[in-house]
Amino acid sequence: MLSKGLDDYFIGVYNAYKFIARFFRQAFQGPFEFREIVRQCYEVGYKSLPLITLTGFVIGMVFTKQSRPSLIAFGATSWLPSLIAIATIRALAPLVTGLITSGKVGSHIGAEIGSMKVTEQIDAMEVSATNPFRFLVVTRVIATTFMIPVLAMYCGFVGMMGSFLNIYQNEKTSFSTFIAEAFKQITFLDIGASLIKATAFGFTIGIVGTYKGYHATQGTQGVGKAANAAVVLSMFLIFVEELVIVQVSNWFRN
Amino acid sequence: MQEKELKKEQGPPVISIQGLYKSFGELDVLRGVDLEINKGENVVVLGRSGSGKSVLIKIISGLLKPDKGSVNVLGKEVDTLNEKDLRALRMKIGFSFQSSALYDSMNVRENLEFPLVRTVKGLGRKEIDQRVEETLDAVGLLDKLDQMPSDLSGGQRKRIGIARTLMLKPEIMLYDEPTAGLDPITCIEINNLINEVQTRYNASGIVITHDLSCAKVTGDRVAMLLDGKFTRQGTFEEVFNTDDAQIKAFYNYNFIE
Ligand SMILES: Nc1ncnc2c1ncn2[C@@H]1O[C@H](COP(=O)(O)OP(=O)(O)OP(=O)(O)O)[C@@H](O)[C@H]1O
Ligand SMILES: [Mg+2]
Repeated sequence: MLSKGLDDYFIGVYNAYKFIARFFRQAFQGPFEFREIVRQCYEVGYKSLPLITLTGFVIGMVFTKQSRPSLIAFGATSWLPSLIAIATIRALAPLVTGLITSGKVGSHIGAEIGSMKVTEQIDAMEVSATNPFRFLVVTRVIATTFMIPVLAMYCGFVGMMGSFLNIYQNEKTSFSTFIAEAFKQITFLDIGASLIKATAFGFTIGIVGTYKGYHATQGTQGVGKAANAAVVLSMFLIFVEELVIVQVSNWFRN
Repeated sequence: MQEKELKKEQGPPVISIQGLYKSFGELDVLRGVDLEINKGENVVVLGRSGSGKSVLIKIISGLLKPDKGSVNVLGKEVDTLNEKDLRALRMKIGFSFQSSALYDSMNVRENLEFPLVRTVKGLGRKEIDQRVEETLDAVGLLDKLDQMPSDLSGGQRKRIGIARTLMLKPEIMLYDEPTAGLDPITCIEINNLINEVQTRYNASGIVITHDLSCAKVTGDRVAMLLDGKFTRQGTFEEVFNTDDAQIKAFYNYNFIE
């Protein structure tokens, strides 16, 4: 065998692969835990709204404010709406939503499943002839995969509103002009790519959180570790996915 | 304290373990365990902390895989079963965890109905409620129906945990330290509950305990796990009527000191 670190790495990759394969096998196979899926969508989506609202709004507003001076230099402040729309919808909304929810939702999932693991609740489900994977993992991953894109769209919308408020204060642009200007440069490819990105982020957050929780060890200490590892790993993967998807969608653009 | 009358019932054993080995890395926990349990019989497993008692019943219920040896439960070799057959077997086994392992995010009612609604198809709301209330009543905690596990005491959690395993009317009960850390009165209640489950459901059982009064009251037979195997088995009297220092120490700790 090679060094122990390398071994562990490949065993980890193999386990993660098995975990994901198991998810896909069970996600499309009844019986479905509809009630739990709805509850998880509420947990993931609705409970993240305040944070996403605040962040989206502030980002839209501040980004507009900070971009203005460099456009004034060219007398081109009328470009502001489309500039902000491109930045927000193509890049910021999905990425910011992904990062924020990987902190908020990912750590919550990691800690919740991790504590169920170390207190033997998952074993208890297993021995009572039920399927804990279906009840705990499948429901959460489905919820994040569907809710993160919704949150990202919402984040984009709120960001644009923040931007409009700032533009309205300074340039007195009307709402209809702002919207018309903003969407001049936005194509379906942009929105589609963003939604795909957000879906990938959502899936990543769900899988990483549940995987880390499901494999938690060493008592309560392990719960904290699982939550922490869920955030770090999902953020890392989100950046990787961002780079890959941007690259691929740029090929389509040309 | 009344010792149990010996129950004798014929037929094939419900659990039959032969030459069972299990280790974790360097640590050899079980080294050649043999055990047979007959229909309707409660066997108490005694042994020091870390001797592998919990590991043994986790292997019986398929949570852990044996390294070597045969584990036959209700006629099935546990470690060879696929997921579906293992689930079918587990419907007949009740596992009461050392830590109770109640689902914190669900109230008592949801805890109890969790296995039932997922394994038995076509039950109406009324039948489910009735079964939940019946079972809670059997453990004497009907008034806790809508409470969260975090609001219960340790002894109540233990009893709810046992009630949850009774929801599927198991043929075999595995109790992992049902009376650990409880006051003497609650211990007696739990002991009675264990005996009642045995007679009411005609269930067989393994009772893991450190508590010799529990062993005496609930065990038809006692088995002592020492150095990774059952060195002594028999009635309570037979096991403790010995000069073996380790076994004497066990007895003295409970009754004299
Ligand atoms: N999943 C596991 N991985 C590694 N080691 C384990 C695992 N489960 C148990 N062990 C080890 O096996 C040994 C026996 O554990 P077990 O829980 O069966 O003890 P026990 O007899 O139930 O003790 P107690 O009376 O304290 O509950 C312990 O040393 C424990 O550290
Ligand atoms: Mg134990």
